[in-house]
Amino acid sequence: MQDGGQSGDIDKKRRHFLTAAATVVGGAGALATAIPFVSALSPSAKTKAIGGPVEADISGLKPGEMQIEKWRGKPVWILRRSEESVAELSGMSDMLRDPDSEVEQQPEYAKNEYRSVKPEYLVVVGLCTHLGCSPKYRTKDDSEGLGADWKGGFFCPCHGSKFDLAGRVYKGVPAPANLMVPKYQFISESIILIGEDSVGNDAGASS
Amino acid sequence: MSKLINGGVKLLNNTLGWIDDRFPLTKTWNEHLAQYYAPKNFNFWYYFGSLALLVLVIQFVTGIWLTMYYKPSAEHAFASVEYIMRDVEWGWWIRYMHSTGASAFFIVIYLHMFRALLYGSYKRPRELLWLTGMFIYLILMAEAFFGYLLPWGQMSYWGAQVIISLFSAIPFIGPELAEWIRGDYVVSDVTLNRFFSFHVIAVPLVLCGLVGLHIFALHEVGSNNPDGVEIKKYKDANGVPLDGIPFHPYYTVKDIVGVVVFLIFFCLVVFFNPEMGGYFLEHANFIPADPLKTPEHIAPVWYFTPFYAILRAVPDKLGGVIAMGASTLIFMALPWIDRSPVKSIRYRGWKYRTALTMFVISFVVLGWLGMQVATPNVTLASRIFTVIYFLFFLLMPFYTANDTDKPVPDRVT
Repeated sequence: MQDGGQSGDIDKKRRHFLTAAATVVGGAGALATAIPFVSALSPSAKTKAIGGPVEADISGLKPGEMQIEKWRGKPVWILRRSEESVAELSGMSDMLRDPDSEVEQQPEYAKNEYRSVKPEYLVVVGLCTHLGCSPKYRTKDDSEGLGADWKGGFFCPCHGSKFDLAGRVYKGVPAPANLMVPKYQFISESIILIGEDSVGNDAGASS
Repeated sequence: MSKLINGGVKLLNNTLGWIDDRFPLTKTWNEHLAQYYAPKNFNFWYYFGSLALLVLVIQFVTGIWLTMYYKPSAEHAFASVEYIMRDVEWGWWIRYMHSTGASAFFIVIYLHMFRALLYGSYKRPRELLWLTGMFIYLILMAEAFFGYLLPWGQMSYWGAQVIISLFSAIPFIGPELAEWIRGDYVVSDVTLNRFFSFHVIAVPLVLCGLVGLHIFALHEVGSNNPDGVEIKKYKDANGVPLDGIPFHPYYTVKDIVGVVVFLIFFCLVVFFNPEMGGYFLEHANFIPADPLKTPEHIAPVWYFTPFYAILRAVPDKLGGVIAMGASTLIFMALPWIDRSPVKSIRYRGWKYRTALTMFVISFVVLGWLGMQVATPNVTLASRIFTVIYFLFFLLMPFYTANDTDKPVPDRVT
């Protein structure tokens, strides 16, 4: 050791220990350094702040009509269902994958047949639960290619998923779950606050 | 006069000697070009390696110029591409070179890969060469995907939305992972900015490194050839393979011919049909991105459609994603599932020939199906051809083990 290992008299144990120690410490350092880089890719504080609630005025909405609002950059549909459509929702069960909304895709107060606070108004995030395309609103009269017993609903042009007028997914289509209902509340008869309710605050159903 | 020339040559030689004492310039030149011996029987299929390198250079140069005018923000991206097309001097030409280059890259790479299937170029001892090539292919798909978002058209936007959503199918961490990739709840300005960063610096760097590895691996084991025999088996007194010729000047000159023919076709597209009827530049992408409205029919660019058809063929979200991933990664298994003692198609039996034909047909048909609207018939056909696609690989250990192979010659023919 005294001659710096030049005589071939090397303390291999010491050398192995130093190599292992340097590897462990260096590896831990590299791992720790990765944390800021990985975290920096997550949504920033500003992005989260923009994700706050939005108000929608629905005073002009007639039965059968739908309006689209933008919340967290996503389309949110507000559909005013006719009395006839509301009545037909109960007869759909056989065709649906999750008719009773067992999967957590809605706040507790929307876990009903209508998937809404008021039976008349449906509020859902308008993105298919398959791969995120925005399905088309197809009325009862606009049923071409959707079958004769089409009662109105939503059809995704990307991969052919179908949803009923409560945003419930049909059986045998690629989408695995019902459309997501965001948190929302009626501030007045004609104003809906999307993204916030009196129970919790500023979050969607399952995210 | 001759004195002057002699003096010049002497000065050059002295300079070269001075450099060679400090940097292996002549040594590298010889090892990789002037004394790199390639089989003398290369044919048409051996153009595509050097052409891939050419397209890489085209993409780098045009990409650097596009970056000078392009603005990676949701607000300005679409307009900045229009600005390049209309107002920048020769901007239209530079952008069409780049967009045509993307498709040309995949045409060249697919033909290059097909060559390997024809002549068994992935087989021992070229397994690592094949794997580095596969990594290049995967990283190239990432590069194309990131780049496709940048024009911020409708197809850019919804294509990215669908592809990123694929990750949300992964159990437990999926939705958070998709959010992490986007950096937002939906594809947004944040996503566009990071994709720009990946597209112009991160991925190209990795690509360059992999191309270097690929060429080093090639020059270590030596090129395969249409006969699939090893030329290193028979060498002359100097250790030069009897069936080998120096890459430079023989194949540099041959490749220049390939480059000229390639550029003729390339320029025909760039100047006369840059959109290629919606295959190279999709029509829906001439409309700015609208996060509230999906186009009626969305399909990826042609080079992704075989895998997209496989994704759609599976009636389950996670299952579809796994099948699509497997359809690209399964190529990596080729060196180990091919049990034939013969490399080249010239000496393989009818079983491999039939299997390869069926595979090529299924790949092309799936590519076509992936562009169609998903009607029940299209879905059914996609399922049939998806099965054929995978059977090529899954049955390979069996049909290559007892094929009616012909005797392989000792030397190239």
